[in-house]
Amino acid sequence: MTGSAPQAAQDGDRNTSGERNTAKNTVHEAAIVFNQAAVSRGDRVIWSNGTFSIPRGSVTAIVGTNGAGKTTMMKAELGLLPLSHGNVEVLGEPAGKSNKRIGYVPQSYTSDIDSNLTAEQSVLLGLTGTRFGFHITTAAQRNRAHKAMDFVGVADKASYRLSQLSGGLRQRVAIAQALVSDPELLMLDEPLANLDLASQRATVHVLARLNHELGMTIQVVAHDLNMLLPILTGAVYLLDGHPHYAAMNDVLDANLLTHLYGTTVQVVTTPQGDMFVTPSPDEPDDIEQDTHAPVEVAQFHHHAHQHQPDAPAAAPAERS
Amino acid sequence: MSDIDFSFDPQWAQTLGMPFMHNAFLAGLCIAVAAGAMGYFTIARHSTFAAHALAHIGLPGATGAVLLGLPVSLGLGIFALAGALVIGALGKRASQREIATGTVLAFATGLGLFFARLSSSASQQMQSILFGSILTITDDQVIGFAIFDIVLVIALAVIYRPLLFSSLDEQVAQAKGVPIGLMNVLFMAIMAGVITIAVPAVGTLLIFALVVTPAATANIIAASPLKAMCTASVLCLVSIWGGLVLSAMFPAPPSFIIVTLSTLFWVIARAVSAVKTTNA
Repeated sequence: MTGSAPQAAQDGDRNTSGERNTAKNTVHEAAIVFNQAAVSRGDRVIWSNGTFSIPRGSVTAIVGTNGAGKTTMMKAELGLLPLSHGNVEVLGEPAGKSNKRIGYVPQSYTSDIDSNLTAEQSVLLGLTGTRFGFHITTAAQRNRAHKAMDFVGVADKASYRLSQLSGGLRQRVAIAQALVSDPELLMLDEPLANLDLASQRATVHVLARLNHELGMTIQVVAHDLNMLLPILTGAVYLLDGHPHYAAMNDVLDANLLTHLYGTTVQVVTTPQGDMFVTPSPDEPDDIEQDTHAPVEVAQFHHHAHQHQPDAPAAAPAERS
Repeated sequence: MSDIDFSFDPQWAQTLGMPFMHNAFLAGLCIAVAAGAMGYFTIARHSTFAAHALAHIGLPGATGAVLLGLPVSLGLGIFALAGALVIGALGKRASQREIATGTVLAFATGLGLFFARLSSSASQQMQSILFGSILTITDDQVIGFAIFDIVLVIALAVIYRPLLFSSLDEQVAQAKGVPIGLMNVLFMAIMAGVITIAVPAVGTLLIFALVVTPAATANIIAASPLKAMCTASVLCLVSIWGGLVLSAMFPAPPSFIIVTLSTLFWVIARAVSAVKTTNA
């Protein structure tokens, strides 16, 4: 498992020199740049006027209500969906041109798969799956697959079939498959959906380590930000049909979140970190919650990050 | 009911030595290789219903060919290939278009019946097209099957990894640059070929038991795709050859015994794996 530029450069198995040069040239640039981007399906505009840039080394969430176009945004970044207007650059190249340097874990991965492939075979496909012709899997490839599985903590499950693994383990195998080609950017669509709390934590912990130890840029489509809050540096929120990017301090705004989710959201600060909650309908109105003004919360958040930058798993408590 | 004879035929060894049996065994080998290899991908791509439908789409081609005095396999192959290309072009999600596929399947079967009724010779062949006639396979057909197998094995070796990758997750494969549209069309086209050579063995109605069932059994037994394909081929071969031998011993049609054996293996594998899971 590398992700670091020198090692990736040594690895003749993967990179062409052209890719390496591009990578070098874009180190100081943003990871993802939207410029007046819009996506339509038929006559319907999904979202438009997307203009922002996301820095490298960041952990960004794409948030918004159902149907706001979160997955669409990720597919546009991968060049799988055409833009109706504007342009999107990813890792310094037009969307779709840099996909070899991107690890992608789609949403359907954990729920749909009923495959007889073993975890190892599945991860290996991330390395060899695009090759036509007859190839024998080399020991070096196998080794890389094992390092990737080791990193996400599923090395002991290498010979298990995907259909035998729990949703959380399959999710991590999927991440290992995305990691095995040493991507610079990791994109995950709803990685926490349908996972139990422990699996959610384990997944967030893996993402935090990828970001801190390998400097990987990470983008996550998420419904529920709570679990991700400790590691997020910013968020793209799809509001009123327009994507906006904001650093985390600005996103943790109760008014904005309420607007975004279309239901009352309060930002709560607990000793474990910030979280936001939606009061349940049967909850008495007179309960005093530990709410803070957005500015205040932003300070807490900033404070927490200064003192414990390596404590991603200090995840906030469950959503009420 | 007294005139039904289930008695053992002591002449069975002689029957097996006949030239038509020779062809049937060779054809069985060719069919087993093709069905075993493609069965794995049919299941991995959730295209089992589409494979079943292809055989039925081939039916009017087969009876139509008889009507025009052309070889049955030619008509069957052309219709199956045309159907395969349409399903392939529609995408892997075709497996989720069960209503459309089922409707076309029913219409094609009806059309096949209509063509068969237009001529007496087609009418006579209808049953062998529906339920198979492995004992009537000619030398030329066996050569054709063998050539198809060679092409199939080479084609699968070349597209193996991208096909497997796109079977596992089409979105990831597409993002990584696998031409998933081409994979779909190639897969379905090869499938049409497999159907065309497998139909003479068990017919369009029973093809599921020969292409899909052994692969399903193999998936229970073997974890790696290659091992599963080999296992499926062996199971398929045992079913076909076992069907030929047993049908020579007892007065039952080979197709019936072939699908019975295939189903039996599957039931046993399911039961054994269920017992193992409970005990584990």
